[in-house]
Amino acid sequence: MITHNAYEKALISRHGKKVHDILKNADIAIAGLGGLGSNIAIFLARSGVGHLHIVDFDKVDITNLNRQQYDIDDIGKLKTIALATHIKHFNPFIKVTYDSIMVTERNAPKIFSNYPIVCEAFDKAENKAMLVNTLLTECSNTKIISASGMAGFESSNMIQTRKVNDRFYICGDTQSEISKNTALMAPRVALCAAHQANMVLRILTGNEEI
Amino acid sequence: MIYLNGKEHTAYATLTELLDKNDYKRTRIAVEINGRIIKRSDYDQIEIHDGDRIEVVSFVGGG
Repeated sequence: MITHNAYEKALISRHGKKVHDILKNADIAIAGLGGLGSNIAIFLARSGVGHLHIVDFDKVDITNLNRQQYDIDDIGKLKTIALATHIKHFNPFIKVTYDSIMVTERNAPKIFSNYPIVCEAFDKAENKAMLVNTLLTECSNTKIISASGMAGFESSNMIQTRKVNDRFYICGDTQSEISKNTALMAPRVALCAAHQANMVLRILTGNEEI
Repeated sequence: MIYLNGKEHTAYATLTELLDKNDYKRTRIAVEINGRIIKRSDYDQIEIHDGDRIEVVSFVGGG
């Protein structure tokens, strides 16, 4: 049995006490738990972020397994519950809270305004734009790290992080859209999720530039 | 002259004109003018002035 103390010591041995303490006290929200969100949540949980709030209305489907961090046994379960359970298997000492609901313009401020950083990890362009616009105009203390353009297997090096303003970052290649001919695939989606997760770590540790 | 997404661009009179002429889909964008995010419900009331720095961030699907 691994104790909380032993787990913390291990994280401190890897990240240093200063960084560990910052991450341990952080509250981060993730909107959408597909290829982006499930990877972001796992990256941040492994990093020791103390509280993750994960939000998705959907259930795990067999077509998610090509890129999302779920197992065969998760099919049919709510993504929030499946992911929270998965996180507990490798880091039982962080707090994971969730909302299993569809995010709308109306409920987004209530769900996300208490979080200093929100990762937008939705699938549809309209939902991405809705969340970014809503949080930027209605939640003045929240920074949003969004994603756009990560389908297919074009060059990895096209995926970038861009800072649009002090509260709005966007990761991706800006153009590779999901379509009939271009599917979302595990490596590039994870690459984009890693950009988002790393930007979270940078902001938390006081590095707001990309 | 205005700056659209960091590049010099011929001026438009209104944001409506800019969005329509450049085929931006209003449900898939975020608009910032001189560092200020514009509310979607205000798009059709925004006049554009010479020298304005306008960012239109377009989202594509996938996640």
